[in-house]
Amino acid sequence: MINKMKVVVPALSKNEGFCRSLVAAFCVELSPTIEEVNDIKTAVSEAVTNAIVHGYEGQNGDIVIEAELYNDSVKISVTDFGQGIENIDEAMQPFFTTKPEEERSGMGFTVMQTFMNDIDVVSEKGKGTTVTMTKYFGRVNART
Amino acid sequence: MTINFKLRGNNLEVFLFGELDESVAVKTRETLNYLIDTYSFSAMVLDLKGVNFLDSTGMGVVLGRYKKLRRLGRGLFLRNVNAQVDKVFATCGLYDIVEKQY
Ligand SMILES: Nc1ncnc2c1ncn2[C@@H]1O[C@H](COP(=O)(O)OP(=O)(O)O)[C@@H](O)[C@H]1O
Ligand SMILES: [Mg+2]
Repeated sequence: MINKMKVVVPALSKNEGFCRSLVAAFCVELSPTIEEVNDIKTAVSEAVTNAIVHGYEGQNGDIVIEAELYNDSVKISVTDFGQGIENIDEAMQPFFTTKPEEERSGMGFTVMQTFMNDIDVVSEKGKGTTVTMTKYFGRVNART
Repeated sequence: MTINFKLRGNNLEVFLFGELDESVAVKTRETLNYLIDTYSFSAMVLDLKGVNFLDSTGMGVVLGRYKKLRRLGRGLFLRNVNAQVDKVFATCGLYDIVEKQY
């Protein structure tokens, strides 16, 4: 590991832009391409949105964003202490959403999977959720 | 999010500026719905030149407007989609439904 960071923000949607820009800035020393930076920003935005919308459902709570920088990659985790995910496999299916009435697409996890190289979700009902994602720099193909 | 618009021929051209995520999704949806309900036009052209970031929540706003317009027998076209937005749209399968106009 060559660097690490941790930030805690309240679960407010106005913090999404701040969080994704912060993580993108943290990766700059690895000279990522514009596409790689955008992939990271997009994935962080998806995870933070899910923490706010699904984890806390608009209630107060903290979101913890941690990142570890390696020579060839960044590992990012987004944690909430909200309601947790009932069935992770089902939640990660394309188009699966528990909030279709809000025009949610159910594509957040698909975006995270496509834009990052690796994703791992740990969740416990009533305790919260941690999404950990890794992006390798200089690789042509993201996992699809 | 700033939204400008102009009627041009039979179309309503709408120009969005900003980052389209959860923090502005409801307001953007309401403003676009207002334009759809207020003006008569045959197609909405959504110009995204000024949108430098959008995630699946933003995609949902666009898809939702497409569905609303279709119910009314009107069209939706996308214009000036930047690379980040394009990748989100493609990943979400939006182009299977909504046409891109270059
Ligand atoms: N942090 C979270 N806490 C609780 N549930 C979550 C969380 N993240 C995702 N989910 C569940 O997984 C589903 C799918 O998430 P996602 O693919 O981002 O689609 P969407 O956000 O459009 O519903 C959500 O509808 C929700 O039920
Ligand atoms: Mg989501």
